[in-house]
Amino acid sequence: MHEFSPLTALVGGVLIGISASLLLWLNGKIAGVSGIARGVLWAQSWPDRQWRLLFLLGLILGGMVYVLLFPASVTPRQGYPLSLIVAAGLLVGFGTALSGGCTSGHGVCGLGRLSVRSLMATLTFLVAGIVTVYFIRNVVGVAA
Amino acid sequence: MKRHENFIALATGVLFGLGLGIAQMIDPNKIQNFLDVSGSWDASLMFVLGGAVVTTLVAFRYILRQSQPRFADTFHLPVPTQIDRKLILGAVIFGVGWGLAGYCPGPAFAALALGGWEPLVFLPAMALGFALHRWVAVEEKGAVMSA
Repeated sequence: MHEFSPLTALVGGVLIGISASLLLWLNGKIAGVSGIARGVLWAQSWPDRQWRLLFLLGLILGGMVYVLLFPASVTPRQGYPLSLIVAAGLLVGFGTALSGGCTSGHGVCGLGRLSVRSLMATLTFLVAGIVTVYFIRNVVGVAA
Repeated sequence: MKRHENFIALATGVLFGLGLGIAQMIDPNKIQNFLDVSGSWDASLMFVLGGAVVTTLVAFRYILRQSQPRFADTFHLPVPTQIDRKLILGAVIFGVGWGLAGYCPGPAFAALALGGWEPLVFLPAMALGFALHRWVAVEEKGAVMSA
């Protein structure tokens, strides 16, 4: 059974929104994780690389704080095909680089800036994701 | 000033990661259930996106009226506004990858905290995807120049 959890979803979403707002207000940076990660690899200067690494480290630490606060609420998935994880990583990397953003950059921040470009990207990746999950669960038959 | 900026980057990262945890976006199964509208649809993630976007909509209006950020010289905002083939094709490719495994970039980092193997494979593959794009983009530029 899959649990509908609107309250924790809303609280988590607002925290994400506050984080993105603080990063923009204080540092003038957009909290787009794909762009931040990509910049680590090709940053022009050490300070530019440094803040990106710290933000990504923060993401992991934030996940750890969650695990400490709510132990055993999420456990790693078991038995998912390795090939799908590899293919997914390649596609997510290539696709976000080509379209210039992911769920956070286009979704959370782009929509917050009322960017039509980001709205189009967000609707597109949502539809592509829906079609893909339909395909792998109902046609290929990867366990839900 | 640099020290402030670094601390803020770390702190906002922690807050973002905690938000992803509380919203349970670090559970790839939940992401796939959200995308599974014809099956076991779990609409929770609409509330994640909704909560985040309402917050940024309100806050960004105020923030972008300031002449500059608190601790930096300028706002670094995306320049492109055009809706082109690259935007849509890239979003399709990203969406397919998102659905295949249930990870987008942010949750893939935060999910490292759970200690499973999936993010450890996903993240290097994603970096390879970045590199592949860079290589293709450079090739394309070269082709345009020599044309």
